[in-house]
Amino acid sequence: MATYGSKPAPPSTDKRWKLVDATMRKAGGHARGLIETLHTVQEAFGYLDEQALCYVALSLRVPLSRAYGVATFYHFFTLKPGGRHTCVICLGTACYIKGAQHLLDAMRQTLSISPGETTPDGEISLLTARCLGSCGLAPAVVYDQEVAGKVDTASLRNHLEKWAHHDS
Amino acid sequence: MTPEELVEIKQNELDAQQGIPQRINVCVAAGCLSCQSDAVVDALMREVSRRGHGGRCKVKGVGCMGLCSEGPLVSTHTGHLYQHVTAADAGEIVESLDAQPVTRLLASTDMPFFQRQKKIVLENSGIIDPERIEEYIARDGYRALIHILTEMTPQQVVAEIMASGLRGRGGAGYPTGLKWSTVAKAVGTQKFVVCNADEGDPGAFMDRSVLESDPHRVIEGMLIAAYAVGASEGYIYVRAEYPLAIKRLRTAIRQAERLGLLGADICGTGFKLRIDLRLGAGAFVCGEETALIASIEGRRGTPRSRPPYPAMAGLLGQPTLINNVETLANIAPILRNGGAWYAGIGTEKSKGTKVFALAGRVCNTGLVEVPMGITLREMVFDIGGGIPDGKQFKAVQTGGPSGGCLPAEALDMPVDYESLASAGSIMGSGGMIVMDESSCMVDVAKYFMDFCMTESCGKCIPCRVGTYQMHRILSAITSMTAIENDLKTMEQLCDLVKHTSLCGLGQSAPNPVLSTLKYFLAEYKAHVGEHRCIAGVCSEKAAV
Repeated sequence: MATYGSKPAPPSTDKRWKLVDATMRKAGGHARGLIETLHTVQEAFGYLDEQALCYVALSLRVPLSRAYGVATFYHFFTLKPGGRHTCVICLGTACYIKGAQHLLDAMRQTLSISPGETTPDGEISLLTARCLGSCGLAPAVVYDQEVAGKVDTASLRNHLEKWAHHDS
Repeated sequence: MTPEELVEIKQNELDAQQGIPQRINVCVAAGCLSCQSDAVVDALMREVSRRGHGGRCKVKGVGCMGLCSEGPLVSTHTGHLYQHVTAADAGEIVESLDAQPVTRLLASTDMPFFQRQKKIVLENSGIIDPERIEEYIARDGYRALIHILTEMTPQQVVAEIMASGLRGRGGAGYPTGLKWSTVAKAVGTQKFVVCNADEGDPGAFMDRSVLESDPHRVIEGMLIAAYAVGASEGYIYVRAEYPLAIKRLRTAIRQAERLGLLGADICGTGFKLRIDLRLGAGAFVCGEETALIASIEGRRGTPRSRPPYPAMAGLLGQPTLINNVETLANIAPILRNGGAWYAGIGTEKSKGTKVFALAGRVCNTGLVEVPMGITLREMVFDIGGGIPDGKQFKAVQTGGPSGGCLPAEALDMPVDYESLASAGSIMGSGGMIVMDESSCMVDVAKYFMDFCMTESCGKCIPCRVGTYQMHRILSAITSMTAIENDLKTMEQLCDLVKHTSLCGLGQSAPNPVLSTLKYFLAEYKAHVGEHRCIAGVCSEKAAV
């Protein structure tokens, strides 16, 4: 266990911690770099676990409560690992007016999960977005990293089936 | 970088462009990219080189052309605009440059959507390659910066912005010149300039589009602002949800630094500015300036009470100028053409142009820039092309969750800060969502209240609890379980939340409810009294 005042050792020999350390160094090891560091952790590991939060908090000398507070305050950070695929349904105004709610209902029916949840087999995570800014293409959905516009329930189900099919 | 060197870069770029007679521009802003416009660029490039036309035809990716719903969009030097282009059309398009246009893909450019616009902020969008600083310079980019650094005092720059009548484009409409002069006069060991690119309103994508299509314009605006107020450090606070905008900003900052337009001792004048990006992490409230500052400082984005305003005590307690992306994008043209030129556009109190993201139930959705004072009717029916599928117009929503829904009676109202506010909405950042008869206005009010409730940071009680209570009542109304008295309770809650909340989020959260109560009371009454939803959206089992 590192003592207060000295820089703690990374939780493991995983090379990705070097990226995290680099971000903290760039911020001068100052508490101001907390959000940037959490961004780096999430980008490298996919989510923020307790170990990562403890390490970052200790390194930047902020109370763990503050690191946890920041991690849970911002919607972008997630404390749970995501599924192999992610489906983000945009719930911006334009998408809502054009029926994004039906897409959400269809997801709920097909996969029996709610926004923020992952299917029990760890395959698909369902997320919602406040607005992707692709309002001209409403309703919009992001399949993994790819934005699809003018989505309807049929094409949504199609895509989910394609994911399931490719895995078999 | 001296003025002469800048002119040289401009001339070299123009010569290079003129050396290539044929040009094909493909929109690679996020809207068209999500319709695979990158594949169109590749296919066009392949076609051009396959035909051996590399020396006389240039294919390049450009920023937003506006008509996002018809993407991917492609324009040619012959003045033709093609819509819904796929990679398979590449051959035909390249061939058409020496023959007749491809009629089956042609978009009409003489429709009001294009003709009624006046482009200042978007003057380079869809024309230049956003990833090349030379193209920005070729369109007079950074000329204003060098001019003010070499020939104007900071006071003169502030005076010019004052004269332009420019007001904050983030929504509140505070006079930009006044803000600049406050920061310029403030005393501190260091001053900061911050670009607010945390475009949070759902249904708004103006700032993203500007950053993706013409990032140098924002950087030049920040440089001029920093010179005027005496700042030496700048931050762009941009949403993490805009990866393309972030990438292009990073490229632009690097390019500007390389040319000595950013960094230490800019143009040998001793003026210095460093610009860093800070990524937001998905909190709507961080668009509020004191919350934004907290977020840049690595804390939870909770607002604090003002005064002191950030102009006196902002980032790290130092005087800080915070301007929105679109505001900063207006700066360089104002200094190039003079404040009086800008003040000649728009209405008496709302000068210049405004960029709107037109979306919802309207034929032409996309990005438009219009002079202030244009009527809502012109926006929806001329530029927007009216309502599709023969449906009836019901409302237009401006200002996102802080704005209101305006009915058909308000269509002839001019779009300016005062008119929109007096009708119960706000200018907001520029989202404009059109709704037809298939939208239930109570459901829409519930949608926005759900947004405000979820995004409330929880610091002050009126907002945290009030939005929850209002959402509960709206849910009861849409599930047909509300009673007459609930409407009265909600009105009281609106009043309370509006007047006692700490920041703009809470103070404006009741606006969607108040405006729908004012203009669409009959819909509320039908839900409560007759258990009926006029639009057919809500049903008794729809309670969530």
